[in-house]
Amino acid sequence: MAVPEDLSYTRSHEWVRREGDVAMVGITHYAQEQLGEVVYVELPEVGQQVEQGSELGTLESVKAVSEFYAPVTGEVVGINEDLADEPDLVNQDPYGGGWLVKIRVDGVDESALMDAAAYEAFIAAESH
Amino acid sequence: MRRRALRDEPLIFERNPGRGPRGGYLLPESGIAPVAPEEALPADQLREALPEMPALGELEVVQHFHRLSQMNFAVDEGLYPLGSCTMKYNPRICEVTSRLPGFVDLHPLQPEWQVQGALRLMWEMERALAQITGMPAVTLQPAAGAHGELTGMLMIRAALEARGDAREVVLVPDSAHGTNPASATFAGYRSVEIASGPDGTVDLAELDRLMDERVAAIMLTVPNTLGVFEHRIVEIAELVHSRGGFIYMDGANLNAFAGRALPGAMGADALHINLHKTFSTPHGGGGPGAGPVAVSEALVPHLPVPRVVREGDGFRMLWEDGRSIGPMRGFYANFLILVRALTFIRGMGDEGLREMSEVAVLYANLVRQRLAGAYHLEYDAPTMHEVVFDDSLQQEHGVSNVDIAKRLLDLGFHPPTMSFPLIVHGALMIEPTESPAPEEVEAFCEAMLRIAREAETDPEVLKAAPRETPVGRVDEVQAARNLVLRWRAEEAWPAGVPTRS
Repeated sequence: MAVPEDLSYTRSHEWVRREGDVAMVGITHYAQEQLGEVVYVELPEVGQQVEQGSELGTLESVKAVSEFYAPVTGEVVGINEDLADEPDLVNQDPYGGGWLVKIRVDGVDESALMDAAAYEAFIAAESH
Repeated sequence: MRRRALRDEPLIFERNPGRGPRGGYLLPESGIAPVAPEEALPADQLREALPEMPALGELEVVQHFHRLSQMNFAVDEGLYPLGSCTMKYNPRICEVTSRLPGFVDLHPLQPEWQVQGALRLMWEMERALAQITGMPAVTLQPAAGAHGELTGMLMIRAALEARGDAREVVLVPDSAHGTNPASATFAGYRSVEIASGPDGTVDLAELDRLMDERVAAIMLTVPNTLGVFEHRIVEIAELVHSRGGFIYMDGANLNAFAGRALPGAMGADALHINLHKTFSTPHGGGGPGAGPVAVSEALVPHLPVPRVVREGDGFRMLWEDGRSIGPMRGFYANFLILVRALTFIRGMGDEGLREMSEVAVLYANLVRQRLAGAYHLEYDAPTMHEVVFDDSLQQEHGVSNVDIAKRLLDLGFHPPTMSFPLIVHGALMIEPTESPAPEEVEAFCEAMLRIAREAETDPEVLKAAPRETPVGRVDEVQAARNLVLRWRAEEAWPAGVPTRS
């Protein structure tokens, strides 16, 4: 369950769930574990244009402040309003209630994305 | 080490809540007849109630702050190996010189002929920093390291614009100080991250790929935040310069090689110097800082004004210079910090400064040798002034870098920097500096080795730490998620938030 089969992944530890032309984005179970307990989430504004690989927002934990990045190019069409009051959803349910942003996809460089198996190998190499 | 906090210390506003008539002074009669406030002030500026200032006797105030200070850890107390921050001892002689009446009683609007000594001190400080960095000129204006970064980036922007070359990108390694991308953004650039190679230094092939005509500069920390020297710095500088870019060097770690190597010879165009790190001025404490910037010939025309210039035997302030980026702050600099730093530089002398960097590097390597095996070293490159371990060996026993840090408090040491740099998971970044005696460094290593053993045999001791401090382990998550700020004792504590008890 730590790396769901049906999602795509980035090297910066975001996951993407594509349904039609909308991509839902969050950070992975591994990423939230590394980050520690999230205390504040800064999200982009709806309507904002984002480019694949550019900064999408920040996650603040007691350890550190980290950026997360857009895994696709497009327009932000939704943000997870629940995170304002319950940032720990990112820890509790990273692939569900802890989603971050929805983007209407204009373009995507598939070579920058990994499937579940490739991502698992990637984090295994990163964490030894 | 139990600190003296056997009873709870209330906020200063919680003492004498009725504001009964207590105080630490009696003002003498002024000899001037009192004026009723309503006669002297417009009605909308009159207050209806007195401000809620604490009303306390002198002894109460002294005891309050003394007790708080005893609950804290300080450089004057023991090893404070907070990596990246460089917590050196602040020599007392620097406090003596910076309190000389001829410095303390100056007014910034005094005419130049009355303050020749102060101007000369600034001029000599500029010369000293120019010599130490191997760069032709220095501005003393910036009030802190990050302010120095912004000053440097604005000078780079001015130099590019002067040649009609608008660029938009600044490259920043993934091991950089967080202030670097922030300063680049403030200067109007977009920062692009450049990945570290396997040895923790900049990947030249990646730099070659990213370095095009859109790139204004690369911001490099030397040695970097892993305590690793960018050993290809000259090649990096040649590549960046050949494509019209500038080298911004973050001099936060100058203390690792001051007196031994010259940033000017490495190709730096702008370099800020954190006086509180390399030259041992006090950190924070409510006081001002200073982040002078040394520049290459290409940036000299764009230095901020005012600048001290020498004319014959005298000194004056240069207030206008056509291509200057202008003033970066009010008046001249945080002058008394400069007095302290120049005292340190002159007190150490050339040989002393060289020895300073050598001992700092020696101690970091001593820690590295003593702790190798007990703690995991992610990057195996030679260590300069600080060494970055991680908690991966302890994680096997469920112990994290936080537990290690808290346990160190019980054993009488300040913890190292944790979870930075971000590219090392569970980082423990240790910087002994040159200040401590060898026995103190050894005692710290013993404490770290003891903790490594405890992680294997008795991890619960670490999970429960600290137990010897006046305040035990605080709930950092609750504190961050549910921030309660208050200064009135009578304000109700919000439901669900634990009280002090």
